Amino acid sequence: TMEGGSRPGPRICEGDCAVLKRDDVFKAVPVLRRRKIIFEKQWFYLDNAIGHIYGTTFEVTSGGNLQPKKEVEEATTDTKEAGTDNRNIVDDGKSQKLTHDDIKALKDKGITGQEIVQQLIENSTTFRDKTEFAQDKYIKKKKKKYEAVITIVKPSTRILSTMYYAREPGKINHLRYDTLAQMLTLGNIRAGNKMIVMETCAGLVLGAVMERMGGYGSIIQMYPGGGPVRAATSCFGFPKHFFDNLHEFPLSKVGSLLSGTFSTETLPSEPEDSTLLEEESNGLTDEKQTSLQETEQESTTEAAMEINQTEEPETMDINAEDIEFKEQKEKENVREKQRKQWERRKKLIETAALLGEKNADG
Amino acid sequence: MSFVEYGDTIKDGDTAIVFLGHESMFPVKVQHGTVTQTKYGVIRHSTDLIGKKYGSKVTCSKGGWVFILHPTPELWTMNLPHRTQILYSTDISIITMMLELKPGSIVCESGSTGSGSLSHALVRTVAPTGHLYTVEFHQQRAEKAREEFRDHGLEQLVTVTNQDVCRAGFGVSGAADAVFLDIPCPWEAIGHAKAALKEEGGRICSFSPCIEQVQRTCLALEEFGFTEINTLEILLRVYNVRTISLQMPDLGRAAEDHGSSDLWDGGSAGAHLQPAAVQFKSSVPLREMVGHTGYLTFATKS
Repeated sequence: TMEGGSRPGPRICEGDCAVLKRDDVFKAVPVLRRRKIIFEKQWFYLDNAIGHIYGTTFEVTSGGNLQPKKEVEEATTDTKEAGTDNRNIVDDGKSQKLTHDDIKALKDKGITGQEIVQQLIENSTTFRDKTEFAQDKYIKKKKKKYEAVITIVKPSTRILSTMYYAREPGKINHLRYDTLAQMLTLGNIRAGNKMIVMETCAGLVLGAVMERMGGYGSIIQMYPGGGPVRAATSCFGFPKHFFDNLHEFPLSKVGSLLSGTFSTETLPSEPEDSTLLEEESNGLTDEKQTSLQETEQESTTEAAMEINQTEEPETMDINAEDIEFKEQKEKENVREKQRKQWERRKKLIETAALLGEKNADG
Repeated sequence: MSFVEYGDTIKDGDTAIVFLGHESMFPVKVQHGTVTQTKYGVIRHSTDLIGKKYGSKVTCSKGGWVFILHPTPELWTMNLPHRTQILYSTDISIITMMLELKPGSIVCESGSTGSGSLSHALVRTVAPTGHLYTVEFHQQRAEKAREEFRDHGLEQLVTVTNQDVCRAGFGVSGAADAVFLDIPCPWEAIGHAKAALKEEGGRICSFSPCIEQVQRTCLALEEFGFTEINTLEILLRVYNVRTISLQMPDLGRAAEDHGSSDLWDGGSAGAHLQPAAVQFKSSVPLREMVGHTGYLTFATKS
């Protein structure tokens, strides 16, 4: 027998990309202290979640903090009074005896969501006349409204592909998650392969391939435009070494590589801000209105991009009298730029050589 | 060659796939001195296969030719000798993704060891650092499965246990990342599945052809405290893709000439050009009916 013993799951750490889950709604967010998060019409900070195990369920307190939800046994009444049909139930909007103000008062008192639902049931004149199914439906609806429970889960292909398909399908060419599943299996994506990946799905497909390869083997990502888009890829939370064998190559150079005229004289222009690339990539505007009506501005990729750009643009202290200092700084910037260019050239040549071997597994 | 790694050249002892067409292929055990019959003639392993590169075209004695392909779990699923009803790649794909399987995963399964279709796919996904614990209650099938895994070089990655999963579980405790059940009464194994799974976040999948089985399984999952209970069915739709040439409609000319004689002229007055045709790729579903295999119920251990 194989014993796992106490193999506790991974813990939520600052800097991680975590996925918030409420019922079937997911949202990827960076785990940062004192960063206000908006999710499912609730505002809160993630600070209290740090250190807990992934999969933990939380409640949002009145202060906007997270608190692990205690396991409360639901009172099971053996004989539930219920009706047989609704022929005698009149919907006059007067069945609920608690008013808006009453409920607000209860909330302010600090009563739990579960207790509010119980109160609503007790103060509904028609509840016991409803059928069992109608009662369940009623309870489910009230729970959804008053029991605000959020689970923090670890990202995976399953979670991210479902999330993207529901929230921003336009960013992933409407690639449904089960289609992605077929691609990964039929493509025999596995540890040790040498893969070429070309996608315009914000890096989701790349991430899925990387997950199935487990850090073994190598991947060359071909990309249109100035640089590879990896917004979704960063959500997976792969360990650093996974990226050691991830290369990239611009499509714009493929022609020259095939015809034997490849050179690194001109490099594809890389925009300063990878955010621009993000907006350009799909051009579809229909994700502005989503079936999940959210009033907040943040989008999943926006949050993901924040992880990419952890460095703030440098602010230079300009002392009007210290011109020499300014010149010095500029020289350094130019050198840095040149070094980066040289790095890019070197990488490009290396990747071209890898492609030149013509031995990709898929 | 291996089911978990690509090899370049065909070697003695390999399992290779002889490909005659999309609907016509079969596996062969490559062996010195052996011959294989095909409708295009004979293939002599020693001269035609051993030492050749996978993917090569091989000419048979009667003149026709075939391709020799490197095996993959998907090709294996399409061509393996059926000992029981198997799971096809369509279901396997979604199972793999929903159970979050990847290199290093520990996975337990019961009920589909039979022909090894799913097992090969699972091993391929969890290799090189993961492991598959498979429980088969039929003694002969368990033994045949062990033999096959050895033959295919997978014995390091699979452990076959001959017992009844509903009574004795998987032989794993608190360590599995995922459990898969393909048995008639999955609700009887939920307890064992829960015990086999790691403390938090483990995933379970149960495959059942009948919705009544699904109902009972979901109840059991709920009773045992599983969350995210979700049932789905996946059907593969095949499309026929063709390049279509569509003629632009001829709406006639604007009436430039006075008099209505043009309309009744029968088109003889003035030869106006045929409107251009537009070419584009389009598709049409191949078949109306797609077969039901089973419902897949997933859940998370919390």
